[in-house]
Amino acid sequence: MIESTQTKNPTPASVQGPAGGHEPPHEPAAMLRPNSLTGNIQPRWFLPACAAVSLLLSFALVVLLGDAEEFSINWALWFVFAAVIHLVLAYVITLVRINRRKAKDMFWRNLIYVAFTLALLPLVSVIMSVAIVGFQGLTNAGFLTSDMQGINASTDAGTQEGEHGVLGGIRHAIIGSLVITLMATLVSVPIGLLTSIYLVEYSQGGPLSRAITFFVDVMTGIPSIVAGLFGAAAMASFLSFADSLGIPVPGRSTMGVTAAIALSVLMIPVVVRTTEEMLRVVPNELREASYALGVRKWRTILKVVIPTAISGIAAGVTLSIARVIGETAPILLTAGFATRVNWNPFEGWMTTLPVFIYQQFTRPMHPTYHDPSFQRAWAAALILILIVMGLNLIARIIATIFAPKKTGR
Amino acid sequence: MSSDESQSSGQTLQTRSGRRTRSSEATGNSLASGDRAGAGLDRGFAGLARFAGIGILIILAFVAFFLVYNSWGAIYHDQDGQADSASFHIGEFISHAWPLVIGTLIVSVIALLIAAPVAIGVALYISHYAPPRASRSIGYVIDLLAAIPSVVYGAWGMTFLAPQLVPLYNWLNEYLGWIPIFGGSPSPTGRTIITAGVVLSVMVLPIITSVCREIFIQTPKLHEEAALALGATRWEMITMTVLPFARGGIISGIMLGLGRALGETMAVVLVLSSGPIAWSIIQSGRHDTIPSNIASNFPESREGSVHWHELIAIGLVLFVITLLVNMLARWIVSRHKEFSGAN
Repeated sequence: MIESTQTKNPTPASVQGPAGGHEPPHEPAAMLRPNSLTGNIQPRWFLPACAAVSLLLSFALVVLLGDAEEFSINWALWFVFAAVIHLVLAYVITLVRINRRKAKDMFWRNLIYVAFTLALLPLVSVIMSVAIVGFQGLTNAGFLTSDMQGINASTDAGTQEGEHGVLGGIRHAIIGSLVITLMATLVSVPIGLLTSIYLVEYSQGGPLSRAITFFVDVMTGIPSIVAGLFGAAAMASFLSFADSLGIPVPGRSTMGVTAAIALSVLMIPVVVRTTEEMLRVVPNELREASYALGVRKWRTILKVVIPTAISGIAAGVTLSIARVIGETAPILLTAGFATRVNWNPFEGWMTTLPVFIYQQFTRPMHPTYHDPSFQRAWAAALILILIVMGLNLIARIIATIFAPKKTGR
Repeated sequence: MSSDESQSSGQTLQTRSGRRTRSSEATGNSLASGDRAGAGLDRGFAGLARFAGIGILIILAFVAFFLVYNSWGAIYHDQDGQADSASFHIGEFISHAWPLVIGTLIVSVIALLIAAPVAIGVALYISHYAPPRASRSIGYVIDLLAAIPSVVYGAWGMTFLAPQLVPLYNWLNEYLGWIPIFGGSPSPTGRTIITAGVVLSVMVLPIITSVCREIFIQTPKLHEEAALALGATRWEMITMTVLPFARGGIISGIMLGLGRALGETMAVVLVLSSGPIAWSIIQSGRHDTIPSNIASNFPESREGSVHWHELIAIGLVLFVITLLVNMLARWIVSRHKEFSGAN
């Protein structure tokens, strides 16, 4: 069967090989083995061609199945049909041309390709839906420089009727994000960094270090909403305790610093994990050289170990900031929702970008005209994604540019 | 305190722990003179580092303490308005909590059913199918999925994905309506628990993918090459060497994804229009999860009220569930590490 379906017949030279080959080729042994080393694989153009054919076929199928009057294409259905047709087509052709094992291999290979494409679809879709509406919202005058003070249902109704563009902005949310994240960073980075220094430099695998490693793992798994609950509950208990002592305190626990506490619970384990990893890769020779020069341990750590690992540490800290700046749930529970700029994290409610997005989507300013609110939310989402991706990019750049040379000696 | 302690090289080999320098002081070594500040700093720094480590334990103890302390009010409180009638209300709390626990489990299971196979496929693509030069950057692209904040996923699921899925729900209801989970009247808005599960699956995908990818790459090259040399196709090589080697890693990756899915708030709260528990997963206004219940009720609840305590108690339940799942995952990983096929 292999012989008969082979379209490209191999040249005698390729069959013979270095040893000269066996003649005649119709012995049983020659039947078992392929005609040449590349004999029983599909040509390179096979998969693209098969994919193209199945895309076309499924397109035709979707058009045929759809309504005759209005020419609309269901893209999801198109993808599903194309994937199925591609899988079946490639399997059947390989089965006929080569053999069952190759066909099975082909089937799974295509299934993996389909899975990969499937994973990319939501990424593309999310970025597109954010970018299209969000960019439009960004071009509104004063979007970055004004807050939501004085924006209400009638403002949005006016927008909808074309009296003016979308008003209101996210200045207060950006400031809130900055203040809360900065406070959380100021708490988390020293604690996290010192802990990883303890784990790497001081502890020799004692019970304390094992306990810390274990509980840092536990902390990594804390759901963000539980961290928010902790922040709110702890601050409420603390305030009522302070109040009973007669210390003047704000009446409600909802304020920026509560959110910062909740965020640091989420941030500390990330900082510990990343910095610990970075400190561990610092070669021991450097430490020993420093000790040999008579430098004390704490100076060795500060002047030799940390500078060597600083790029990784900076990258890790940046990544952990990127992680917490997108958190919504803990801040929703701890900092409330404000419409104007509040610089003071110890008094009054604060808004961050994610909470602003959440509020604009769940409680649009106008009960029926959702578009202005949604546009503000998408624009804020665009800013947020740009911030997070920018931080990720910065972390990568720091890690690669300032990385210590590996072969420094 | 500045530079001269580095010159006190007399006992540098002993200064690795600050305590030993004391003995050299006692002997009156001249090189140790002026070293007292250095030794103190050494000890101080070590103490600071240890204190930070202990600080983390204290913080976690605080988390547990405040959650438990404030949860107490949920099961032991007054009857409405009567100050002296404090009593246990465990049954009340359980009847409030179990639909939320079930809802959380349903949405997580849906998310994992979708995400796990796709994630394994993507990880295999990155580790064994993609052109080697591109596989690194492809990994970055998948990591981008993890970089998008959850509220953005929620918004995407609510405004874009949910309406797209309505025809599918109608179809499922029409042809598979006799199965209870597809029964009832399908949602006209698409804001159902299954949509929330789909959005969640996108969010847990990068986690499972990265764990699986790490493990797949570690498959011993000798095993792979031996399989290929015996004439196995690439898929046969994967089933014979990669998958058996990575089984523990795959399971733990899925468990970590489960831990994330259980605690995820924003995607569910934005997508799902919540309500009482029901069999059908394609109806609107049904089901609710623990995080989404907390997020939508906590900001409105009065501090110290029974409802407030109840929400914290539910949060504690969630914390315990996630903790168990994560610990199970790590246990599987550590068990796998000991007798993996690598050595």
